[in-house]
Amino acid sequence: MNTMVPAVNVEALKDTTLLNMGIFALFVAVTMVIVFRASRNNKTAADYYAAGRSFTGSQNGTAIAGDYLSAASFLGITGAIAINGYDGFLYSIGFLVAWLVALLLVAELLRNTGKFTMADVLSFRLRQRPVRIAAALSTLAVCFFYLLAQMAGAGSLISLLLGISDWGGQALVIIVVGALMIMYVLIGGMKGTTWVQIIKAILLIAGAAVMTAMVLAIYGFNLSNLLGSAAEAANNPNILNPGLQYGKTETSKLDFMSLGLALVLGTAALPHVLMRFYTVPTAKEARKSVVWAIWLIGLFYLFTLVLGYGAAALVGAETIKSAPGGVNSAAPLLAFHLGGPLLLGFISAVAFATILAVVAGLTITAAASFAHDIYANVISKGKADATTEVKVARRTVVVIGVLAILGGIFANGQNVAFLVALAFAVAASANLPTIIYSLFWKKFTTQGAVWSMYGGLAAAILLITFSPVVSGAKTSMIPGANFALFPLSNPGIVSIPLAFFLGWLGTVLDKRREDPAKQAEMEVRSLTGVGAEKAVDH
Amino acid sequence: MGNEAQPQDATASVDFQEVQQTERFKTLRKRHRSFVFPMAVVFLLWYFAYVLLADYAVGFMSIKVWGNINVGLILGLLQFVTTFGITAWYVSYSNKKLDPIAAEIRNEIEGREFDKDGNVISGAAK
Repeated sequence: MNTMVPAVNVEALKDTTLLNMGIFALFVAVTMVIVFRASRNNKTAADYYAAGRSFTGSQNGTAIAGDYLSAASFLGITGAIAINGYDGFLYSIGFLVAWLVALLLVAELLRNTGKFTMADVLSFRLRQRPVRIAAALSTLAVCFFYLLAQMAGAGSLISLLLGISDWGGQALVIIVVGALMIMYVLIGGMKGTTWVQIIKAILLIAGAAVMTAMVLAIYGFNLSNLLGSAAEAANNPNILNPGLQYGKTETSKLDFMSLGLALVLGTAALPHVLMRFYTVPTAKEARKSVVWAIWLIGLFYLFTLVLGYGAAALVGAETIKSAPGGVNSAAPLLAFHLGGPLLLGFISAVAFATILAVVAGLTITAAASFAHDIYANVISKGKADATTEVKVARRTVVVIGVLAILGGIFANGQNVAFLVALAFAVAASANLPTIIYSLFWKKFTTQGAVWSMYGGLAAAILLITFSPVVSGAKTSMIPGANFALFPLSNPGIVSIPLAFFLGWLGTVLDKRREDPAKQAEMEVRSLTGVGAEKAVDH
Repeated sequence: MGNEAQPQDATASVDFQEVQQTERFKTLRKRHRSFVFPMAVVFLLWYFAYVLLADYAVGFMSIKVWGNINVGLILGLLQFVTTFGITAWYVSYSNKKLDPIAAEIRNEIEGREFDKDGNVISGAAK
């Protein structure tokens, strides 16, 4: 099969650099016009943080898909299936099933009780200051890890897609992408960010759909033929069976359980996902958002199954591994094989747009949390007016943008892929228990919330620090040292139950009781939508 | 308490504890929880059962059922089917059993408040 593959090689990729850049520039130009038009009404805090709550459920659901389907899931999962077969598919399922937690337990209730940030909900019926600070810190931690992972990956994407392999050239591209992102978020606020995510999601899903149809057409729309051909090309029938990646040892099996737990419970507690629910006018639209997101994300992962095995069959594992960008190059190489330079240029431009859209979503979430939770509610004790708060948010955007650019330049080439898994583990440990308890457990107290959030945050970060991803293995961040006391790369299996336990323990040991009137108010509001923030009229 | 998170709207003087004790609200809460909790338990168990099988029952998952399509792939695709199915089921349940009663309670509270303040706004939930 491999001998039939025509000129899929690194040189061919470089020839298309100009085309890739051209398509990406077109994307930037179109989105810029939309962002400028959409931002004319950016006056109030609700406009800036929550897009005036004026998006429909279907628009927001598409934006959620655009936010969630990061370069890691598009390039990473396709590559993982191409190389490790079934285990890559197994990995993608956790990312989808997780949305049921958001749908059933979180989205609507959160939309009804909060205003702009996750901390709004968590501190609703508890003592403001301690809970808000803890929630804001965990929001910032998750955003920081996720952001760094995205930006550090940008370097290898640049060398893969634009053929720029020297450090200075990559740094320049990272600065340009970062500056664009700052502009979108600064000018467009949540409205601009949302439109970038919507457009990117449509392009990404459409591109993946076209490639999927092309791959299936080659095999006569017979999945079994495609699988057979992939196994034949890989010269390994086990590519169709589980275990190639996660089944090596008992530790790696347990590690996957731990990862699965963090994925399933972390998604519904990612602050940038939660913040998207405030951009719609009602809880019903929030529900519709999740429904759209589930269909789009599910469909997309079904496409990656075909694309991954398609890359294994048509491009071949060896070619993929030896290309710049390694595993991540499976999807672009497959695009080149199927549709030549034009499809490759399109897919590459979409991959860039992906970094832009995901980083923009994280930046506005972190800025909102800093300005709304820490500045407005803690530092100035609620006395700051909305105009000042938005001004602080905008300045924070610039600071975070610059940090993201620096992180991208200096973490370039570092092995920081574990940061995404860490972000999910922190979200699942530090945020989810408190979200669930405060929505559903009457007796939950401030002490329980604070113990659970700090306990979950500290446990996740400490366990990662003392795990093989940081030291003690060839693939570690610091391969020379060995202080890996914890055997697993994913802390979730310990830190998530611990955080749930601490939330319970802190509550039962708390001598103070929370105000039952606030509990009643939160429960009634969350289920009925009484007094929920409505759409802004302009 | 000084809770800045809550909107300063006309519901400020509502006695939420009173609302919480009404039969109608209790029904709403019961209907919501009796759907979402069991469903959450079911899909989490089903997902982890699948992950455990993929981790520890590789032989079973590798049994070919039809052509090159094995048990593992079928169970994986079934995860998609159940996710889509639970989503559709929840939407139809909410539309029929949750939304009408939630709207009733909301309109009653918001309507009453607006009356008390003398600002009669029809359809308070704009």
